[in-house]
Amino acid sequence: MEVFKKTKGLTDAQFHYCPGCTHGIIHRLVAESLEELGVLDKTVGVASVGCSVFSYNYFNCDMVQAAHGRAPAVATGIKRAKPDNIVFTYQGDGDLAAIGTAETVHSAARNENITIIFVNNAIYGMTGGQMAPTTLPQQVTQTSPYGRDVTVVGYPVKVCEMLSQIDGASYVERVAVNNVRNINKAKKAIKKAFQNQIDKKGFSLIEVLSTCPTNWGKSPVDALKWLEENMQTYYPLGVYKDKYAQEENK
Amino acid sequence: MAEKVLMKGNEALAEAAIVAGCRHYFGYPITPQTEVAAYMAKRMPKIGGTFLQAESEIAAINMVLGASAAGVRSMTSSSSPGISLKSEGISYMAGCDLPAVIVNVERGGPGLGGIQPSQSDYYQATKGGGHGDYHLIVLAPASVQEMFSMTIKGFDLADKYRMPLMILTDGTIGQMMEPVSIDQVQVNTYEKPWAACGRGNRDHRNIVNSLSLNAPELEQWNFDRYKRYEIVKKEEVMYEEFMMEDAEICVVAFGIASRVSKNAIVEARKNGIKVGMIRPITLWPFPEEALKKAAEKVKSFISVELSMGQMIDDIKLAINCSKPVTLCNRTGGVIMSPQEVYEAIEKAAK
Repeated sequence: MEVFKKTKGLTDAQFHYCPGCTHGIIHRLVAESLEELGVLDKTVGVASVGCSVFSYNYFNCDMVQAAHGRAPAVATGIKRAKPDNIVFTYQGDGDLAAIGTAETVHSAARNENITIIFVNNAIYGMTGGQMAPTTLPQQVTQTSPYGRDVTVVGYPVKVCEMLSQIDGASYVERVAVNNVRNINKAKKAIKKAFQNQIDKKGFSLIEVLSTCPTNWGKSPVDALKWLEENMQTYYPLGVYKDKYAQEENK
Repeated sequence: MAEKVLMKGNEALAEAAIVAGCRHYFGYPITPQTEVAAYMAKRMPKIGGTFLQAESEIAAINMVLGASAAGVRSMTSSSSPGISLKSEGISYMAGCDLPAVIVNVERGGPGLGGIQPSQSDYYQATKGGGHGDYHLIVLAPASVQEMFSMTIKGFDLADKYRMPLMILTDGTIGQMMEPVSIDQVQVNTYEKPWAACGRGNRDHRNIVNSLSLNAPELEQWNFDRYKRYEIVKKEEVMYEEFMMEDAEICVVAFGIASRVSKNAIVEARKNGIKVGMIRPITLWPFPEEALKKAAEKVKSFISVELSMGQMIDDIKLAINCSKPVTLCNRTGGVIMSPQEVYEAIEKAAK
């Protein structure tokens, strides 16, 4: 009988994440993928700024902590210096889709051979729940207390849709972690994104729809439901780009 | 006799980086440092190195951070407005104890300023630029030969002390051509057991990080860093003395301003004025002891600089305001003539 074990891809450090937050699940999926692919010893992760700022304490591999939004540039430097390393970034929506938009777009344009794990929970979590670039229209946050008014502050950024238009990007998929079926799909996508890097297929980004019960003001269960009913309709799941699948199908 | 080649300052600097073992250059176009990037773009692919034109100055310095964190020698170059953009990354590198060479071929400012030579980023280079408690080692070459030798020295010092280092030069030194001797170079290499380049057989993970929410811990990191800075201050000060033996007036100038000053000093000597010069080569650490010693002999100091007067503060501090210090300056991209320096010397002699 096989007993479920904690992945070697995570350290024994206790997560600081809030109860019900899905960062823990996403960390596990990333860590399991690295372990299963046998690359933990040559992986360098790049932590970003936001709730996952301390991810360098959790991923059981060498880590570099980057400035807000700059993780893809830091990852580029590492990968160019050590092309045989597996290099990934783990970034939230504020980090990746607001302050770090240029770094995101241009690392995709260069088809940089790195893997980006993009956690989208539609809010700035660590600073206490401000409006994010991915906050939904009418969504109430600390800095959109009357709901996001798109006539004043504009519309959310759909990262996968945007990056799918960039020639350089190899693999772009949006997944969610709100139920077992979706978690399994998310795992498959994340593992494929790392396999792509091993195969030198270039830039992969997996957007993971995630919850923030604390700042959404919901119970963990209601948060999962809100994700499905609101986020998934605005941010449809699926493969937005898979250059190699497209080429294979030609 | 060493073989000499005629090179532009910016090219000599770029070639020196390659000689020093730098194979990773990340930059963004800006005048007047263009030749550095152009040279790297040509050379790096031929020697298995990386030249990457980033999407911004901000991205470029963070690529340098990543490459340095992975344990290789890397560099970026820019000019004044670009260095402001890089300052965030430079602060992070200081906080992560990461070595790198950052080149500032200064132009006039503030704002977009101009593209003519300037030294008005002295404060930014020596007093911070980015946020937090940190220093860069700052080298100020005064010739194309020194652009070469200081760049090699720069990579060495950066690795030795695990800190980012700035070559602070200007549009004139960067653009002018002079003969350079490029052989007989000693290049030291350093083990980097701290590098985040995959755990391999190591029994621990390497983490490159500047974050701590534990205030006493962060304080201790700063204390430790400043202990290292004290060693740098003790061991690595560089300066040149020129006609200082019997000098009664001491000109202090670096980079292109020191070249202009030398001409004026030679002329003044012909007319019997006892004037000499101390030329800081390291702007941080500043040659405080040399100035303090000079203050015991000379009657006054003249700070000759291409700014509204920035280095003059460090001169006054070094000599504890024990002697008068006057300012001979031009700014905004204008270079003073030897005649202007001569007049400042003449005035001080009266």
